[in-house]
Amino acid sequence: MSARDIEMRAAAWIARREQAELNSEDVAAFDAWLAESLAHRVAYWRLNAAWSRTKRLAALRAPEDRKSAEAGSHFRRIFGRAAAGVVVIAALSAGTAFLLMRSHTQTFATALGGQRTVKLADGSQIELNTDTVLRLAIDVHSRTVWLDRGEAFFQVRHDASRPFTVISDNRSVTDLGTSFTVRRDATALKIVVVQGRVLFDMAEPTRSPTLLMEGDTAVATTSSLSVTKRTIRQLADDTAWRRGVLVFDRVTLGDAAMEFNRYNREKLVIVDEKVAQRTIGATFPIHDVEQFVDVTQDVLGLHAVKHGDQIVISR
Amino acid sequence: MDEKASELSREGREPGEAALAVEAWFVREVLPLEAILMHFLRHNWRDQSDIEDLRQDVYIRVCEAAFKQIPETAKAFVLATARNLLIDRVRRGNVVPIDAVADLDTLGAAIEAPSADQHLIAREELERLQIALDQLPQRCREVVVMRRIEERSGREIATRMGISEATVWEYLADGVLALADILYGEQKPHRRRRP
Repeated sequence: MSARDIEMRAAAWIARREQAELNSEDVAAFDAWLAESLAHRVAYWRLNAAWSRTKRLAALRAPEDRKSAEAGSHFRRIFGRAAAGVVVIAALSAGTAFLLMRSHTQTFATALGGQRTVKLADGSQIELNTDTVLRLAIDVHSRTVWLDRGEAFFQVRHDASRPFTVISDNRSVTDLGTSFTVRRDATALKIVVVQGRVLFDMAEPTRSPTLLMEGDTAVATTSSLSVTKRTIRQLADDTAWRRGVLVFDRVTLGDAAMEFNRYNREKLVIVDEKVAQRTIGATFPIHDVEQFVDVTQDVLGLHAVKHGDQIVISR
Repeated sequence: MDEKASELSREGREPGEAALAVEAWFVREVLPLEAILMHFLRHNWRDQSDIEDLRQDVYIRVCEAAFKQIPETAKAFVLATARNLLIDRVRRGNVVPIDAVADLDTLGAAIEAPSADQHLIAREELERLQIALDQLPQRCREVVVMRRIEERSGREIATRMGISEATVWEYLADGVLALADILYGEQKPHRRRRP
């Protein structure tokens, strides 16, 4: 058995212990494995020491992470506003003080279909949509977010002395008192300004930064930038994912399927171009692919066939 | 205690107390030397695929010795053990060319090299852990973050990532392995079983 094989066994034991309290049978099996050879014990000591060190990471818990935010709202219901203040202060001393003192990058991520809210100590809030990775660095002079992948909604507590900037590749969006979403996919960067204004910088020497106003939707590719104005209702539709739904208003089936596929492992496939061009108007829960398929069958009279993780929709 | 430990270890089992003392010494004194040890092994052994096995053998040898008596200076002891192990390997394996052990004189330099500070203050330790976290393969990192920082259950993590609970624990195990390599060996984690 190689050192790696032994380590993998030791790591599996540590994972097993994380999963649930070991029962007496497990404990006996684990002890027997440890007693088999010093190699087993040394491998376990080493991995266990590393894993124990990571306990300290709990100090990084975002001050009002989704989990504690839920607890917080519960708290508020019971004790009112004063108690909520106490919760925030307690969270501050645990992790945020460190964030405020020095700039350090923190990574936040969601998996496919996941969503997550990160509340910052300054009152700003970031909502991560599905399959998103972003990094956050905050110090006394600046607040910077790198959107490495996916989409996020930013509700920024404006502070001119501490600009809030979202960077994607070399392009940046700087808050001027606002809330906005930034979505990054393979070909384009899309910015929706829900409230206030932002400054969008493509970082091209020939192009000066663009001021985007409330309701503006900007789509930037490597070579172009187009800005359209959205109505309040359209803005609500664009950010409906924050409420856990997808809103389609005269959207083609092809686009709707693509949108669903961002959130779910089961992928909708529409091969027939004519079918893909048909439009729908409906609201669906983000994870309810089934309901979408039902609508295409019952309302549009299309057929859906399931192949493993794919659902093929056709005439 | 040492005497008792050595007596019992001859019978093939140690009292829990001795094992705890050796584990504590190993974690406190030996593991922080891993980066230096790995550097030494890599520079003095041609076949890099042997390195992890060599590291394990060094650890086994020093712990065997520690069951008899805890060595006074861990660093010199660990590196001397590593050198003896390499020499044994060369002698034993007839096929290994003589220049497999390149330059054992680097032992002195290795002993002089500064060790990782074992008494990192809390904030430095936190930063180190964050840097380690950033180096993990993405899925492993997601699982470790959700488990350690957000303290979510396996089922919750599985649901959020759209994977089975068993896979969550596999990623966690991979994460533990990689973290040890990064934290102690200061190595980039290498890709393993799962993509």
